[in-house]
Amino acid sequence: MITAARSEADKEAGHRRLNRRRVTSLLLVAPLLIFTIVVFLLPIVTILTNAVASPEVSTGLPRTSLALAGWHPADRNLPGGEVFDALAQDLSEKSPERTRAVAAAARRLNYEVGGFRSLLVSTERAVKKSADDAGNWRERLIGMDGRWGDIETWQAIRRAAPAHTPFYILSALDMRQAADGSIGMVPENQRTYVAVLMRTLKVAAVTTLICLALGYPFAALMVKSGRNFAFMLLGAVMLPFWTSLLAKTSSWIVILQEQGPLNKLLIWSGIVSSPLQLIFNATGLYIVMAHMMLPFMVLPLYSTMKGIPSHYMKASSSLGANPARGFFHVYLPMSLPGVGAGALLTFIVSAGYYITPSLVGSPREQMLGYFVAFYAYTSVNWGLASALGLMLLVCVLALYLLAGRTVGVRQIAGLR
Amino acid sequence: MSYRFLARIGSMAHVVFGVLMMLVLILPLLAAVPISFSAGSFLSYPLPGFSMQWYEKVFLDGPWLSALWNSLLIGLLSTLIATPLGTLAAYAFARGHLPFPTTLLGLLIAPMIVPPVITGLGLYFAFSRLGLTSTLAGVVVAHAVLATPFVLITVSATLQGFDLKLMQAAASLGASPARAFLNVLVPIMAPGILSGALFAFATSFDEVVVTLFIAGPVQRTLPLKMFEGIRDNIDPSILAMATFLMCIAVLTLISASLLMRTNSNRTNKND
Repeated sequence: MITAARSEADKEAGHRRLNRRRVTSLLLVAPLLIFTIVVFLLPIVTILTNAVASPEVSTGLPRTSLALAGWHPADRNLPGGEVFDALAQDLSEKSPERTRAVAAAARRLNYEVGGFRSLLVSTERAVKKSADDAGNWRERLIGMDGRWGDIETWQAIRRAAPAHTPFYILSALDMRQAADGSIGMVPENQRTYVAVLMRTLKVAAVTTLICLALGYPFAALMVKSGRNFAFMLLGAVMLPFWTSLLAKTSSWIVILQEQGPLNKLLIWSGIVSSPLQLIFNATGLYIVMAHMMLPFMVLPLYSTMKGIPSHYMKASSSLGANPARGFFHVYLPMSLPGVGAGALLTFIVSAGYYITPSLVGSPREQMLGYFVAFYAYTSVNWGLASALGLMLLVCVLALYLLAGRTVGVRQIAGLR
Repeated sequence: MSYRFLARIGSMAHVVFGVLMMLVLILPLLAAVPISFSAGSFLSYPLPGFSMQWYEKVFLDGPWLSALWNSLLIGLLSTLIATPLGTLAAYAFARGHLPFPTTLLGLLIAPMIVPPVITGLGLYFAFSRLGLTSTLAGVVVAHAVLATPFVLITVSATLQGFDLKLMQAAASLGASPARAFLNVLVPIMAPGILSGALFAFATSFDEVVVTLFIAGPVQRTLPLKMFEGIRDNIDPSILAMATFLMCIAVLTLISASLLMRTNSNRTNKND
């Protein structure tokens, strides 16, 4: 009885100790966890909401938005007179704040139907001039501009009026909502972003393959070389890794330019007779990207290959396997986790690259990151920037999850 | 021909490949150096003559110097935030007893994985709501979050060869947990913490994309100024700065590898 009670008490104490350890560990990780959630995770969630947010029309044309909710475009009739009156009322307010809100709504509607901005702005001007008398705005608006007599015009307002619309996400997928609400692809000649996505994946894949082809034998050499040579090889990979991205890029621009050292060398050696175009095109992009990404491939490969006991290959050859057979049946399978970690890491990092391609590629090589940045601060279309960013994020997260499932997060991080 | 002979040829080819790769990795970094000393303003060889004018322009000129100063300040402050956060978390992972450790680690190193364009866009939205865009605090906090994964990983790597029973020994000798942490663990982690801090600083010092989204003209950092220079009108002053940054990279690399060597010597002794 006494021993049983004591073991109960021991168990209790053990539990308490374990709980205390859990709490301590949690407290230690909490500052970083909270910091990462607040400064990283939540901001990324705001991209999600910004990709579907469409507050402009409901703020700029509040009465019209409300009145249109009761209209059923399916019966092919124009909205009732009260909707026209509501629009005139929305447009007639003169405060600068309201005018700005209407301008924002006009911008948003212009994304839906080309020319909407000028339609709304000119109508606003006309309404403000004659806002003294109320009533029968239906005839008068249609008289100002015939487009107010088209069902499509009102359908566009109705589509953009909710606080959340799928418009930007559909745009990022080269799709749109037709006037009748059905979703389809945009005409062939207007499709852009799916091609950009494909290009992004292609550039990342080609860069990864180049890095794998160069990095695999390089890492293998690092493992089998003597201490000093291995140290030099490691240094050669680490130096570009630690060098500023922009320093590397500017250096490459010097080398690859038309009158640059590489072209001079090629001409001097008689390989080519006139300078090659090596930069501001795909060639330049792949050369520079491969140089920048090689460390991401070599380091995981190196740490995996270091763990392959060298006597395994000797054993395979003493059992009669030739070196090629030994490589394919022993070495390669054992190095696969490193290949996986290196390839996924290289692919993910290259897919998100923006600065380097924008400086050494032509417009035809620009990837998703470029368009996110372009819509964010050149064309100030936050919705589309967010939707394109979301597309990139989904690709990267899918690969990150795949990497976590297959090779493990610790391997990706370079930990054992 | 015997396998032995073929294998010898193969090995030699492998070494030649390695030497060529070293040249391909290093030479491109050096191409900018001579032009930064050019007397002319073109980026091509041969050089018209030697001069220090581009270094004078970079290191005596207001905008370049203020950009360099901004970068140093932001790098230092964000390192001061990222290093303790990453170190404590690394210790927590070494202790274990964390719920969902893999998911947690995956989340905490995500700032290193998610493309900076996306982080920058998100931080722009979040910071404009909080009034933190175009502020020093905003840029520092953003750089700190990008740098924490590197500290976490580097310090975790240091702790991998460490026997946590030493902490229990300290406790049994009467040390409080905080005292044991500071007097036993921190000295052991020191090389890892220092190289993590170095990594954090380098991350901030080289950050362009997120800074582009959230910094104002007052927080113009060195990479931002270089980016604008390369995009708009590349001249040898940019190469002078690039050369300077490469010298810093060489120094960082040397100090990082010295720190790592100290660390591996220590863990080997522990074994």
